[in-house]
Amino acid sequence: MYRETQIVSDVAKTPLTGEGTFTINVGPQHPATHGVLHLVITLNGETILNIEPHLGYIHRSIEKMCESLTYRQFIYVTSRMDYLSAHINNHACALCVEKGMQIEIPSRAQVIRVLMDELTRIASHELWWGAMAMDVGAFTPFFHAFRERETINDIMEETCGARLTMNYMVPGGVMYDIHPNFQKRVKDFLQLYKRKIHEYDELVTGNIIFQNRMKGVGVLTAEDVISYGCTGPVARGSGVSSDIRKLYPYEIYDKLEFDEVLETAGDSFARYLIRLREMNQSIRIVEQLIDNIPEGDFQAKTKAVLKLPKGEFYQRVETARGELGVYIVSEGGTTPYRIKFRSPGFSNLSILNHMVKGSKIGDLIAAMGTLDLVIPDIDR
Amino acid sequence: MAFLKLIMFLKDYIKDVFGAIKSLATGMKRTGYYFTHHKEIITQQYPDNRETLHLPERFKGEVVMPHDENNEHRCTGCTACELACPNGTIKVVTKFDITPDGKKKKAIDKLVYHLELCTMCNLCIEACPSDAIKMAQTFEHSVFDRAQLTKVLNKPGSKIMDGVE
Ligand code: SF4
Ligand code: SF4
Repeated sequence: MYRETQIVSDVAKTPLTGEGTFTINVGPQHPATHGVLHLVITLNGETILNIEPHLGYIHRSIEKMCESLTYRQFIYVTSRMDYLSAHINNHACALCVEKGMQIEIPSRAQVIRVLMDELTRIASHELWWGAMAMDVGAFTPFFHAFRERETINDIMEETCGARLTMNYMVPGGVMYDIHPNFQKRVKDFLQLYKRKIHEYDELVTGNIIFQNRMKGVGVLTAEDVISYGCTGPVARGSGVSSDIRKLYPYEIYDKLEFDEVLETAGDSFARYLIRLREMNQSIRIVEQLIDNIPEGDFQAKTKAVLKLPKGEFYQRVETARGELGVYIVSEGGTTPYRIKFRSPGFSNLSILNHMVKGSKIGDLIAAMGTLDLVIPDIDR
Repeated sequence: MAFLKLIMFLKDYIKDVFGAIKSLATGMKRTGYYFTHHKEIITQQYPDNRETLHLPERFKGEVVMPHDENNEHRCTGCTACELACPNGTIKVVTKFDITPDGKKKKAIDKLVYHLELCTMCNLCIEACPSDAIKMAQTFEHSVFDRAQLTKVLNKPGSKIMDGVE
């Protein structure tokens, strides 16, 4: 019986300048935007009239940089886009190059890749969960989330040699074989996760204050989501099926058993639930694979210098935030002629104005948190 | 009718209030559990735990060139690492040695490594055909002057190991 957030419906008619309106800047460095997002917000009292995201603060021109790097070298840069899904970004690039070169990947490499992807997805959602609770004012959950995430980071550190920017996926497979401890440590993590996951619900999901701030806030209809091109949990929270792993399966996802999580409410709470339940699906995938890593090579034999044939190649994958597309135009040389990344964060950010226009500024941070924005991904 | 509505409203209202209190109590119980169970606290006291802090052997901290006890390394000066590096971090400076039978042979003079440019991507190590370089597990790289980050990986007076081509 929570009170529906009051949405002022005639904001569209309110002029953005003049008496009673004023403009504030949130960011680029602001504790509430966990990243260097710069929002120019026009307010009337506490009511948001307009939000304009300003990009460019962390622009590193990654796409242009990639044009001067070879097909082996450009993959490491993409870890710096969506750094929480670094493996999945690398995976997308490796897949796209493999598609162009028509390299067959050994099945061991495929399984390792999928395992790493799903662990990354869990780690990313854990971090989001902690940050989300922090956005609405609860600090403790952050540490609970980091306890589990740290275990995954340790696994990554042991096998890939880094905690965040792994550069583990290479065209043809993975850079080195899994560490001998890998399977044991992943199983330990699975146990820890199952023992602790109920705490997430106890601490945050069931909490009445949290629910009141999430339910009915930032409602997006399926039409909105489709017309703004949102993907990932944002789209699935409004009931739009958009899981690339199901719709356009890559690697071995078509042989795995997992469900696409859908909610229909479209509010912040629906997006919150989606991510929590997606973690459980990822756990399911990891459980199916961890004991069934086939023997064999972890990397296909490739030439020292990779040359993509002339043409255009596109590969999409499902990162923790939605659909990531890698588009390579090749002129037949050793470096790409043009690379374009379709990043999930950029499209998800574009719906922000539509989502919170007319609601109170207090709801902005909570609603924005459920979009799970990673700024370097938006502003490549 | 209005009376019935009021009853229904009150019933919902009271249910909500108790539900809310229960949800807060559940959360507080969890917090209280960790407050009294110090063993489950997992934070590490860096840098006080430097002695016990062990990084896994694959950790990518810095590129080094291992030398054996005779001050010999395995680098042939083939520049494969320089070509593989995406950032121009490595610069191989070669010279020509005169072998005992009078022939000229290419060897490294210096392998310059700019730690400040390195992204620890491991591509140079993958590219090296003679396993001359590897990753070290050091991670505390801060220095007072940027010039200190430019390193020469081969030790002074070192030469190539016998049998490495
Ligand atoms: S680790 Fe990567 S960036 Fe560093 S020197 Fe090697 S190739 Fe260059
Ligand atoms: S370190 Fe390895 S790749 Fe680099 S020049 Fe020496 S032998 Fe060649």
